Amino acid sequence: MVQQKLRVTLLTGRTIEQGVGKEAGKGTKEYFESTSMCYMDAGDMKKLGIKNNTNILVTTSNGSVVLRAVKYPRGAMPGLIYIPYGPWANAICSSNTTGIGTPSFKGTPAEVEPAPDKPILTLEELLRSEFGR
Amino acid sequence: MSTTVNAVTCPVCGCLCDDIELTIENGVIAKVKNGCAMCESKFLSYKNEHRNKTPLVRKEGKLVPVSYDEAIHKAAEILANANYPILYGWSSTDCEAQRVGVELAEEVGGVLDNTAVVCHGPSILSVQEVGIPTCTLGQIRHRADLVIYWGCDPWSAHPRHLERYTTFTEGRFEGSEWKEYMNKVKASAGKKKLLSLERREIVKRKPEPIIEKVTVNKPPETLSKAGRKLIVIDVRKTMTAEVADYFIQVQPGKDYELMLAIRALVKDHELDVDQVAGVPVEYLEELVDAMVNCEFGVIFFGMGLTQSAGKFRNVDVAISLIRDLNRRTKFAILPMRGHFNVTGANTVSTWQSGYPYSVDFSLGYPRYNPGETSVVDVLLRKESDAALIVASDPASNFPRKAVEHLVANPLIVIDPHMNATALLGDVVFPAAIVGIEKAGTAYRMDHVPLPLKKVVEPPEGILSDEEILSRILEEVRVIKSQKMQEAA
Ligand code: SF4
Repeated sequence: MVQQKLRVTLLTGRTIEQGVGKEAGKGTKEYFESTSMCYMDAGDMKKLGIKNNTNILVTTSNGSVVLRAVKYPRGAMPGLIYIPYGPWANAICSSNTTGIGTPSFKGTPAEVEPAPDKPILTLEELLRSEFGR
Repeated sequence: MSTTVNAVTCPVCGCLCDDIELTIENGVIAKVKNGCAMCESKFLSYKNEHRNKTPLVRKEGKLVPVSYDEAIHKAAEILANANYPILYGWSSTDCEAQRVGVELAEEVGGVLDNTAVVCHGPSILSVQEVGIPTCTLGQIRHRADLVIYWGCDPWSAHPRHLERYTTFTEGRFEGSEWKEYMNKVKASAGKKKLLSLERREIVKRKPEPIIEKVTVNKPPETLSKAGRKLIVIDVRKTMTAEVADYFIQVQPGKDYELMLAIRALVKDHELDVDQVAGVPVEYLEELVDAMVNCEFGVIFFGMGLTQSAGKFRNVDVAISLIRDLNRRTKFAILPMRGHFNVTGANTVSTWQSGYPYSVDFSLGYPRYNPGETSVVDVLLRKESDAALIVASDPASNFPRKAVEHLVANPLIVIDPHMNATALLGDVVFPAAIVGIEKAGTAYRMDHVPLPLKKVVEPPEGILSDEEILSRILEEVRVIKSQKMQEAA
């Protein structure tokens, strides 16, 4: 049965594409494409009835962001989603520093729902929507 | 005219590979040899259109081009008039600029923090608590026969780490496993071919099943072989895990548990459970056998430990595990530092102020209390009233609530490239790219300092981080003495 929403744990981290993109420049297409996406478990995608490259809405207690879902190519990771470091990930990441200064970039509870009709914001649009500049 | 420059140090990640060969044609880098994809991307795109070209100052809501003099005066004014400014970044510039940064932070009584606070800060906290049995990458290259990557994925974040320092390098006493790996790849490619043939013949073959559950495989025989072995422990199967001899998929947030179980087994205790963190205990026993029986083992750890539940406690227990292992064999542990000179930022900050990051100068002397004096906390408590960001992009890398306060106050940015923070800045300085257009010093992840080369000229009129910071510092002193005179 296809579900409307799925509860998951959000991890953020590096990917080689994000690394290459950030060195090329944060304004480049490479950077945009490699950081406005979200790796998902194949089984989880099936549960939501979404395909590779469908847009999804990821929500945490800090906010929501639209991203492109990509099937995780290596093995299973049910219940986990992985967003490369970048402005899109940080729009929703936990800011809790647990008293030692380092935010919890890995392990934020999140919800995923299909959003095939919602657009992914560009870097400028994202910053404007968040900070009004 | 074309020239070749040898032994260039790559200014991208903490591996700081110093064997890059560049071909320079007409004053422009035309070819990169030996580097990984990130290295090539940096050396070949340094001239692209996303470079900041002139200093910018925000006037009536828009960033407009101004002269360096005007921008420096504006920046100095902001800092000199601030009560509690933040001076943050530092990991992607040279030690020379970092040194000026410490002086400036002291002069303006601000909070000096570097990017370690969002990555390996917890590691530093644990090292301060329990110490660290460590070594240089050179020793690992020549001697390590067991390499464990825990919560890190060098294949993605430090692409040449395996090839230069660990499994795939030809050391004096330990060989490279590259050939073995290639044989494995070829064998599995052969298997895939067979499968596809099969698929064509059997028309009604079911689609490949989706694996629903995480299963940890039994350790392979090769774990007890002679020669280098590679083990990866992570919550998901990473690129590095694909090349490893053995991969353990730990349940998210349970690294601490798993590490404690391993510690118990190293001490020959019995565990009366069947599995820990999703890993069967019998497999763990084999893993511990491999650890105890190696000649020289090393654990590299990354954000998987420092950014997930437990944070510095995870590193505490990892270091304690190394201590236990050292009673039975030889083991070392190293954090996988990300930015090319984040280690330098910690080192410079320590030798100048006594503390590696999150240093608060607001009382006139350095104070250090991560959780209180760390930049994300200062921002979340909305205490700072200005910020200087050097060679970093907190608007992309900080949680959104912290960024909200950062941009609510005057924001000065020094960066070669346009990035999210620069887009939101009030004063933006273009800078020469350290390691390409400016020579300097950087510390590799194992604390070995290496020289960075200047291989091409910066765009005309563009200053380096060090020069910009020195001039801001001078100007701050001028403004402050004027203020004192006025007050007198
Ligand atoms: S591994 Fe790191 S230092 Fe080495 S070439 Fe690649 S990016 Fe540069």
